[in-house]
Amino acid sequence: MTTLSILGGRVIDPASNLDLVTDLYIVDGKILSIGTPPANFSAERQIDAKNQIVCPGLIDLSVRLREPGAEHKGTIKSETHAAAAGGITTLCCPPDTNPIIDTPAVVEHLSHRAIDAGMAKVLPLAALTQGLKGEHLAELGHLKKNGCIGVSNVQPIINTNVLRHALEYAANCELKVFIYAQDPWLTCDGGIHEGAISTRLGLYGIPEIAETIEVARHLFLIEMTGVQAHFCRLSTARAVDMVKQAQAKGLPVTADVSAHHLFLTDVDISDYSSQCHVNPPLRSEHDKKGLREGLIQGGINAVCSDHQPHETDAKLSPFAMTAPGISGLDTLLSLILSLAEEMQIDLMTVLGYVTYQPAKILDIDAGTLAIGNAADIVIFDPSHHWILSEDNMHSLGHNSPFLGRKFKGKVMYTLINGQVVYTHSKVKSEK
Amino acid sequence: MNNIQLDSQNRLKHFLGIEGLKRDLLIEILDTAASLINVHEKAVKKVPLLRGKMVINLFFEPSTRTRTTFELAAKRLSADVLNFNIDTSSSSKGETLIDMLRNLEAMHCDMFVVRHNASGAAHFMAQHVASHISIINAGDGQHEHPTQAMLDMYTIRQYKSDFTPLRVAIVGDILHSRVARSNIHALTILGASEVRVVGPKTLIPKGIEELGVKVFHDLKRGLCDVDVIIMLRLQRERMQGALLPSAYEYFQYYGLTEKILNVAHPDAIVMHPGPINRGVEIDSTVADGVRSVILQQVSNGIAVRMAVMAMTLSTMESPSLKKEQ
Repeated sequence: MTTLSILGGRVIDPASNLDLVTDLYIVDGKILSIGTPPANFSAERQIDAKNQIVCPGLIDLSVRLREPGAEHKGTIKSETHAAAAGGITTLCCPPDTNPIIDTPAVVEHLSHRAIDAGMAKVLPLAALTQGLKGEHLAELGHLKKNGCIGVSNVQPIINTNVLRHALEYAANCELKVFIYAQDPWLTCDGGIHEGAISTRLGLYGIPEIAETIEVARHLFLIEMTGVQAHFCRLSTARAVDMVKQAQAKGLPVTADVSAHHLFLTDVDISDYSSQCHVNPPLRSEHDKKGLREGLIQGGINAVCSDHQPHETDAKLSPFAMTAPGISGLDTLLSLILSLAEEMQIDLMTVLGYVTYQPAKILDIDAGTLAIGNAADIVIFDPSHHWILSEDNMHSLGHNSPFLGRKFKGKVMYTLINGQVVYTHSKVKSEK
Repeated sequence: MNNIQLDSQNRLKHFLGIEGLKRDLLIEILDTAASLINVHEKAVKKVPLLRGKMVINLFFEPSTRTRTTFELAAKRLSADVLNFNIDTSSSSKGETLIDMLRNLEAMHCDMFVVRHNASGAAHFMAQHVASHISIINAGDGQHEHPTQAMLDMYTIRQYKSDFTPLRVAIVGDILHSRVARSNIHALTILGASEVRVVGPKTLIPKGIEELGVKVFHDLKRGLCDVDVIIMLRLQRERMQGALLPSAYEYFQYYGLTEKILNVAHPDAIVMHPGPINRGVEIDSTVADGVRSVILQQVSNGIAVRMAVMAMTLSTMESPSLKKEQ
């Protein structure tokens, strides 16, 4: 029997609406009690969490681990370690690896490698169609049986008949579909929102309707097929409204937003900043506001890092020639805490966007400190100030538009199944 | 965003775009060009301003006119010139723009004149180039073509003397045009009373009004009472993306003819950055007519490019060379 207690921290569990300075007792990797120690409990290890916040480990709905296929950008080992350092204990990886996650063999390989790494828990999403080509169905039944948590199109499925059948078949397998909604014809190489800034910079813009048309097409098919669906990385205020209305109608849909879309807009690209080249593109101030409102008023259920690490060279070209994506694991928690400050909402609510809300979307027993649950826990110091630099990033990818930005809040410990997998150097040096 | 092109004393270090530059600086370029305009009339068609300097023309897109006038400009300033016409296929061999930059730097040159199909390419190179090298933007994607705009301003000043009362119409494919963007910035900075863009909805980019222009979709209305007409070249490829049905139809609605020209101010001049498509965006009678200043633009291009090259390289030098000018 292994025992651990976390003492004197401010325990916040959004799922159970708990916010209290108290103690947490863990036995054999599971949360045994909160507040009063179990009978005959003696802790093999105690963590002093005074002045710190103890909450469920973060759940990140989208992390590109880059393995297999692009290990020069990141590996399962490097990126799950970065996740742990960022307080993330469970993550979802999209199927666009190389090879693509469309066969049980790739799922197994990934799962084994993740278990070997021993850091964040990895939940693979499988490809909805073979090779993500939008032509033939992948073996969804087998993929589910082998551990895929859901399926995703990643790229648009152009043929609406194939899309209809894919959604029907996913519904039949009781698999949730994670939809990337971007019309391919209206999307070009620009990587920027279509508007005054794209015009000024002479970059081809991606219009708002590239997203809304695709969301609309999917919403009709979701209604028709009854499939459980989740929209990944919405970027426009109008799409948020559409999802909100669909939810009000009772459709089984949810949506998420990347943390960076809540903080950056196309104005941040004014200097051709390739670090701000992402897909979907950073949109207008109006859209940013709409995404934030979606968190409070409905339409957006969760926030993710949309982590996409890159080697330095991938961003070292004229804007349109650079690879899209931001390395986001190192900043997810801090951005969430900044969001609480900027929007003046309580910690309980914002932590919900990265804990029990994504758990609900994934339908997993995680993201909460419920008794009997796995002790996936993050302990962070909410008043620790730090500045993001290439030196203190844990991800192999240093591609972040937030380099040089001052943040508040830093992970001190991350526990997975009751094991401390990450300890901040500050705590280490104090010992 | 163009602050990178100025040195600590607000002099031109690179010439990347018109946006963000001060009126005084644009006037200085025009005045410097005026002082160099007659160099070709001398028995020795050269001045020694850039003697011993090495200029590299780095063209990632085909160009005849711009490259040639840059080459001539450099030679009239007594610089040595190397031309690199880089087929995009060779950059697809794996050499990145950064690697290419480093290799060329190693050849001890002083200036790169760059044309590239990616918007922001010149800006990108200026950010990464060794500090003693100047970058001149000879056209980056759909972004800017600042020397073209300055030669257009030079030509307008030749005929109109003062910018402030002018109404100027830029006509055609604004969406893909770096010339249009640079001209809009230049005219706005120099205080033109009205800048219009005229074209079909498919060729007018979103939010262009925020650059300070009025948008017209009807050619006749757009040209009404204007003093200057800048026609843009229509690329044949535009028919493919379903932006236009045919060159013939385009000419019927947006081609500049003698008849349409009558709605403009009687002294209006007609400009075109070239190469022109006769019978597509402009009728031959207009292109060769009395109001056309198209060939004048080409001649002025040499002096304007000489001015920009001399000004940028002089910021790299000791004050003695500055005095020589």
